[in-house]
Amino acid sequence: MYKSSILKSKIFTLLQICAVFLTLTSLSQPAFSQEKTPESTENGVEKKFEPSEVILEHIADSHYFHLWGDVAFPLPVILYTNKGLEVFSAANFEHGHQDYTGKYYTYRLIGDKINIVGANSELTESSTVFKGSSLIDLSITRNVVSMWMSILFLLIIFFSVSSAYKKNVGKAPKGLQSFMEPIILFVRDDIARPNIGYKYQRFMPLLLTIFFFIWINNLIGLVPFFPGGSNLTGNIAVTLVLSVITLLMVNLNGNKHYWKHIFIPADVPVWIWPLWWVIELVGIISRPFALMIRLFANITAGHIIVLSLISLIFVFKSLYIAPVSVAFVVFMDILELLVAALQAFIFTLLTALFIGTAIEEAHH
Amino acid sequence: MNPLVTPDIGLIVWTTVSFGVLFFLLAKFAWKPIMTAIDERERSIEDSLLKAEAAKEEMARLTSENEALLKQARAERDIILHEAKRVKDQIVSDAKDIAHKEAARMIELARVEINNQKAIAMADVKNQVATLSLEIAEKVLKQQLADQKKQDELVSQLLKEVNIEISDFGIAISELEK
Repeated sequence: MYKSSILKSKIFTLLQICAVFLTLTSLSQPAFSQEKTPESTENGVEKKFEPSEVILEHIADSHYFHLWGDVAFPLPVILYTNKGLEVFSAANFEHGHQDYTGKYYTYRLIGDKINIVGANSELTESSTVFKGSSLIDLSITRNVVSMWMSILFLLIIFFSVSSAYKKNVGKAPKGLQSFMEPIILFVRDDIARPNIGYKYQRFMPLLLTIFFFIWINNLIGLVPFFPGGSNLTGNIAVTLVLSVITLLMVNLNGNKHYWKHIFIPADVPVWIWPLWWVIELVGIISRPFALMIRLFANITAGHIIVLSLISLIFVFKSLYIAPVSVAFVVFMDILELLVAALQAFIFTLLTALFIGTAIEEAHH
Repeated sequence: MNPLVTPDIGLIVWTTVSFGVLFFLLAKFAWKPIMTAIDERERSIEDSLLKAEAAKEEMARLTSENEALLKQARAERDIILHEAKRVKDQIVSDAKDIAHKEAARMIELARVEINNQKAIAMADVKNQVATLSLEIAEKVLKQQLADQKKQDELVSQLLKEVNIEISDFGIAISELEK
């Protein structure tokens, strides 16, 4: 229900933006096309701007933390190969221009992914797996650094809030505490209590952690420069982990009634039971799966829209489009601010709802 | 496969570890004290509200009780005042009665005394008058009988008188005979 309405509103705004843009660009293009100026060139050859490449680069994970302009600091690379562990700095790759030969293999950065290349280093592999070798990339990537910063931020915030509670016991909240308390109470009174019921207290730590983790990272993702600039909650690996936590939490807490409903459904003929089990299994998996896709798609879509709008300036190679572009980006950012809170809310709400159905007492 | 929807093993591992650590730290050092504090405060607020309500009721009860007491006290005061007035009137009237009676008694006594005194005085006066009369008569007689002529005269006069009386007496007898 939530999902569809949000999706609809998103598509609707997208369509609106596109419509406005199409009219604007079709009107202004002839005027601007004459004022074209020569762009920055590399080796005298005009470099073609590829928006999809740039956008994907910004959305995907990276071994460099981009600060501003051309300034980016390299992050540590940790590789677990079939021969052993390799640790070195991503600076060795020089942004993909150079191969790096470690203890066991020679590595090459292709599309910000580390690949193993052959000993003669002329062979470029399209996959990360070279003949007879295996590679697990455990590098501290941009997203990992960003996540650690957000975790540090969360810990600082909530430890100080917690100490504030210890300091003024029985008094009205002050400062940061008074800002956080309504949100905590919102999670408790509007998410946990109505969906889980009277046993909500056991699940509060998880729900609060998920809510604030997603929210803070959504917000950090909106900041275009350091410490933002990453796309953590729009990364499928992160949403996968979060939804697996939900999956485990729901099914490990499932009570007798919940499992009975799945395996020995009343009022269902016995011969349908195998089919029923399959359907229930799909149901168990699909609910967290939907959570994973929803968060990932919403955040990534927001980033893509913002980056596309910015890219318009470079696509048209005109400064005159910039005000329009910036206006739309501001609008999108404000919308994303809402989406950031909304997605955190929905993820937490649905987690609470699934937990609620799993621990619900038999009432018939 | 699109790199966007291909989860990286590395990020999965780091996210799991980091989220686990975050969850553990927050659950132990943040959520537990925060939720406990909030629950406790809510409970204390609820308690205080209930207590305030009870106190209000108690207050109302006391006020009504006080009013009843006041009313009773007023009624009692009225009764006492009334009684006092009655007693006062009684005392006053009693006193008046006693005073009247005493006055009457004293007047009576005085009158009796006066009468007594008067009688004594009268008796005394009578005695004195008698004495004086005797003395005067004596003196007059002494003076009258000083010479012989006068004595004779007197005797004759007295005799005349007696005659008259006898004649009178005779007339009276004759009348009676008739």
